[in-house]
Amino acid sequence: MQSLLAVSGLQKVYEGSGRRVEAVRDLTFSVEPGELVCLVGPSGCGKTTLLKCVAGLLAPTGGEVLLEGRRVSGPPPGMAVVFQEYGRSLFPWMRVRDNVELPLKQKSSLSRARRRELVAEALESVGLADAAGAYPWQLSGGMQQRVAIARALAYEPGVLLMDEPFAAVDAQTRADLEDLVRRLWRERGMTILFVTHDIDEAVYLGERVLVLSASPTVVQEQLKIDLPAERDQLHTRVAPRFAELRTHVYEQIQAAKRGSQVSDPAG
Amino acid sequence: MKERRLGGETPLSNARPEPGTGPGPGPAPGSGPGPGPAPGSGPVVGLTKGQRSGGPRPGLTNAVLGGAGLAAFLALCEAVPRLGIVSADFFPPTSRIADAFVAELGDEAFWTALGDTLTGWALGLAIAVTAGILAGVVVSVVPYLRQATASTIEFLRPIPSVALIPLAVLLFGTELRSVLLLVVYASFWQILIQTLYGVQDVDPVAEETARSYGLGTWARVRHVLWPTALPYVMTGVRLAASVALILAVTAELVIGAPGLGSRIAVAQTSGAVPEMYALVVVTGLLGLLINVGARTVERRALTWHQSVRGEVAV
Amino acid sequence: MKHLGLRLFFALALPAVLVVGWWLASADSTDVYWPPLRTILTAFPDVWTGERLRDDVLPSVLRLSAGYASAAVAGIAFGTVIGSYRRVRAACEPVLEFLRAVPPPVLVPVIMLFAGIGDTMKIAVIASGCVWPILLNTVEGVRAVDSVMSETARSYGITGVARLRHVVLRSASPQIFAGLRQALSIGIILMVISEMFAASNGLGFTIVQFQRSFAIPDMWTGILLLGLLGVLLSLLFQLVERRALGWYRGLRAASLSRLGSPPGRRSRFRVTDRAQPSSVGPPRARPLETDAPLRLTRRRRSQ
Repeated sequence: MQSLLAVSGLQKVYEGSGRRVEAVRDLTFSVEPGELVCLVGPSGCGKTTLLKCVAGLLAPTGGEVLLEGRRVSGPPPGMAVVFQEYGRSLFPWMRVRDNVELPLKQKSSLSRARRRELVAEALESVGLADAAGAYPWQLSGGMQQRVAIARALAYEPGVLLMDEPFAAVDAQTRADLEDLVRRLWRERGMTILFVTHDIDEAVYLGERVLVLSASPTVVQEQLKIDLPAERDQLHTRVAPRFAELRTHVYEQIQAAKRGSQVSDPAG
Repeated sequence: MKERRLGGETPLSNARPEPGTGPGPGPAPGSGPGPGPAPGSGPVVGLTKGQRSGGPRPGLTNAVLGGAGLAAFLALCEAVPRLGIVSADFFPPTSRIADAFVAELGDEAFWTALGDTLTGWALGLAIAVTAGILAGVVVSVVPYLRQATASTIEFLRPIPSVALIPLAVLLFGTELRSVLLLVVYASFWQILIQTLYGVQDVDPVAEETARSYGLGTWARVRHVLWPTALPYVMTGVRLAASVALILAVTAELVIGAPGLGSRIAVAQTSGAVPEMYALVVVTGLLGLLINVGARTVERRALTWHQSVRGEVAV
Repeated sequence: MKHLGLRLFFALALPAVLVVGWWLASADSTDVYWPPLRTILTAFPDVWTGERLRDDVLPSVLRLSAGYASAAVAGIAFGTVIGSYRRVRAACEPVLEFLRAVPPPVLVPVIMLFAGIGDTMKIAVIASGCVWPILLNTVEGVRAVDSVMSETARSYGITGVARLRHVVLRSASPQIFAGLRQALSIGIILMVISEMFAASNGLGFTIVQFQRSFAIPDMWTGILLLGLLGVLLSLLFQLVERRALGWYRGLRAASLSRLGSPPGRRSRFRVTDRAQPSSVGPPRARPLETDAPLRLTRRRRSQ
């Protein structure tokens, strides 16, 4: 069976000024349709580089990314990205509604009425139907990130990429947004690749967690999260299985860090 | 106000509290909210290294490109009249302008004119700077004066200084004072406004601290207000320096006060076209020198301040 | 209500004092060059009749608009191109650095060679003086488009014209407006000078005529009118800017309050928002440059 998203042998090397930095060494993984996969790894392990390569925003040095069997060489039409820096990702000169609609205008197949419908639906499902006429900077950080998510929803992407989307919001908002992502994923049957540095978040959200090593990055472990599909902040997080899984991931990441420290200089 | 840009390469990044500066996401190469160069435009190696994306090599490339651009521009100016696209009578080729330029440099009258222009510029600027700073500080420190003067300043500032030309001619003829009137009027506002903004930027905490230690008005002006306002004042001086040159040359050109401007006017009326172009180039170089000089002084004087402001501006 | 009254008082008190002061001080003036304000004001309607307005003021304003508009179009267009390509920026930098340093008024005799002394000359002079601040500020603004924003646009397939229109130009608009504002005052200067130099009508021409024929009160009315024109155009500009950059003011205010220093709690050195000529000074969030230092290619080091 063909994966929706297949990353094979991905390598990214930054070169210049006589220095060469290997950010991502050799990454291979795949995402099946309708999956919610979390990528978690130590700080500075090249998660964002990886995501940008997948999104077609960066050209990999080696290996390839396949979306529905087609090689990604630039931003593909069927992909949407939610960035961590919501404040810089939303356009401050546009109202929320226009922010969500702008990408849709690039899809010539959509009629004006259909666009309106998609925008309204998307804002509704993130609970921001009332804020359509506001400017992004009039909203709180969490609400801004909801707008960014709504924009991605309205775009109806084949794969939704999320780059540490909740790293810059406060803890309570974060919990709400995590539940929002879970809900949207279940309601809409979307395929999500979610990058985070937060182990709890990865375990709580993911159906599968990919643990990355420290830079230069490889996949340290792939872990199936066998928690029930119905999750909530209160009970899931205190479930023994949750604790086991997060401990396991934590150990893996510690090992990854140690591994990178003791590895030979060439590595 | 380039010191403002220090907070981040991309100004809008300053508009928000920077996300993820905590122990959160590390500086993944080529990512993160740092001064990320456009993907693929340069290496980003860790944080400290990453900030210097314009290493020696790109700098060299830029210099080469800039030199090539300049050479192309000069060659174009040579070719256009030679090919007859524009008459050489109106637009002499670069080489002839260069000849005239060299001839000017050997002419004593040219140096006198240059001296006159610089005198008008420097004197006018000095008066404007002194008056602007004094007025700015007084207006800010005396209670209610800022509110009371705001509307007047807003009204007087946009009045074009060239409106004063006829008055200057009547009062002072072609004397230096004519030039000074225009130069001072135009550059005064730049300094005043910048000073006002600078004083407004005073950190209330610092101000309250100073008060709580019983510092008097004068001491507060000296130790709290002035250091904060200095960067703005320097910016004002830089802006005023270019404005002052424009008005000095204008006064000479239109009123006929001695200087480069009137020399240009003479060259024009006597049909000495290459000389006129050479003089225009001289004023351009002068302007360039003043810009670069003012910017250098500004930067030198404020090195200690920039890091502070960079943080404040984030 | 009390606040509004107070503000009105502050706004009007000093101007009233100044006008009254001028009136009283000049009332018995016998100095030819400083006629009584009363004389000037009574001369005003006689001098600036409908005919004069049509034959002198209107042509001046039209030339200014034509020159200014062409400078805006050219400056924004070329600035966008230059700002979008790093290499083009590098190649253009020294030449632009020089051209912008040339004091615009010396262009008058140069352009007279090509364009004679007609309207074309004046429009060309105004355009060639106004274009540099617009161009350079556009370059700076386009160069500084936020990296996350451009990546967002790219990932959503917003490219080409849509990107230019919705992302690049909008994001650069605060800086473009700063350039436009600078260009406006240069434009007025050039309008007046080009008419003083060679013209048969126009504000600058008329005022110089008054001066040469020693019609001093008339000359003073001209100076007043020119001042009024400057103030009026500046107000008009602020109005347009306020509309176009409403989002930017909001953004700035929002980021300011998020910094934890609410504007209201600044020291008493602070001015009220109303009194503050928001369009002139350096804002805190993102510099609205009154003069963009030419940094086309070199990246500044943070810290």
